[in-house]
Amino acid sequence: MNQLQNFTKGFFKENPILVLVLGTCPTLATTSSALNGMGMGIATTFVLIGSNVVISLLSKVIPDKVRIPAFIVIIASFVTIVDLFMQAYVPSLYEKLGIFIPLIVVNCIVLGRAEAFASKNSVLSSLIDGAGMGLGFTMALGILGAFREIVGSGAVFGYKFIKGDGILVFILAPGAFIALGYLIALINKLKRT
Amino acid sequence: MEYILIIISAILINNVVLAQFLGVCPFLGVSNKVSTAVGMAGAVTFVLVLATTVTYLIQTYVLDKLGIAFMQTITFILVIAFLVQMVEIILKKISQPLYQALGIFLPLITTNCAVLGVAILVIKKNYNLLEGVVFGASTAIGFGLALIILAGIREQLELVDVPKGMKGVPLSLIIAGILALAFMGFTGIVK
Repeated sequence: MNQLQNFTKGFFKENPILVLVLGTCPTLATTSSALNGMGMGIATTFVLIGSNVVISLLSKVIPDKVRIPAFIVIIASFVTIVDLFMQAYVPSLYEKLGIFIPLIVVNCIVLGRAEAFASKNSVLSSLIDGAGMGLGFTMALGILGAFREIVGSGAVFGYKFIKGDGILVFILAPGAFIALGYLIALINKLKRT
Repeated sequence: MEYILIIISAILINNVVLAQFLGVCPFLGVSNKVSTAVGMAGAVTFVLVLATTVTYLIQTYVLDKLGIAFMQTITFILVIAFLVQMVEIILKKISQPLYQALGIFLPLITTNCAVLGVAILVIKKNYNLLEGVVFGASTAIGFGLALIILAGIREQLELVDVPKGMKGVPLSLIIAGILALAFMGFTGIVK
């Protein structure tokens, strides 16, 4: 597999949300608008790239038996960095994403890539894999967030282009489940044809 | 009165899965049979109450005392992973039937974001120890309630002819959405 394929697999073929259905909690919780969704996506991407690189660097040093706790500590360190950074520089976004920033630690995508890819591949491949997966995740969050924002309030990125109130329920919790359900069903349909 | 408020709001109004989106992965993953759903709910309740207590004590007596509150995420996730491991070992030694019932779910719980989420929420909301434990237990009950309802509905739907693309995850998500709509009706209970 060349590096370009390695990069693009996260977008469609192995998209973490739409195809693998990993990390559903932040997906549902942070996509009330396109901006929030993408903010969450970028934070996760940073953690993914950082942890992938460090884990592939250390994969020869970490004993096999304690690898999972070791991975978790590395991931948690990067999450703490993101957490403190966002608290300092983008406080409004930090407030909106709230508890889901520290919860990146338990996002299955991050540990999944560490275990399935970074611990077995070179540093460069792991970096590209992390970036591809992270951007695929960001893209899916952006699409879902934009969809919910357009249907729910007739706006996208806060720019209102449809008059009226929209279907409020799509911004609230039930809309998240329903929108993601139909989005995955659509991807399943596309995959088959 | 305060405790009743915490209980009602954690179970019905701010249901952990349907309103706060914590623990969605096991919610979708182990909801195909009612019996497994009950087992998972039991295991989560057990671990959540234990984890809330321990993390609360660590936060108050270690992290705050030493002024290293920024280590919260790392410490909590390690404590939870350690606790889950320990519970598994102890259960195996002292109670075989309980281990058989809950054992397979225990490793899954470390990555259940509801556990870490509740531990952090208890600190964020400034609860005292008893309030934290009550909050943790009622959150777990809310999780169990949503999980068992979804499992019940999915069992009924097993024989229904659904379009191929909708099978599995998409259908569960849409059912969860409708459930969440129903739970929104509880909002009026507490002002």
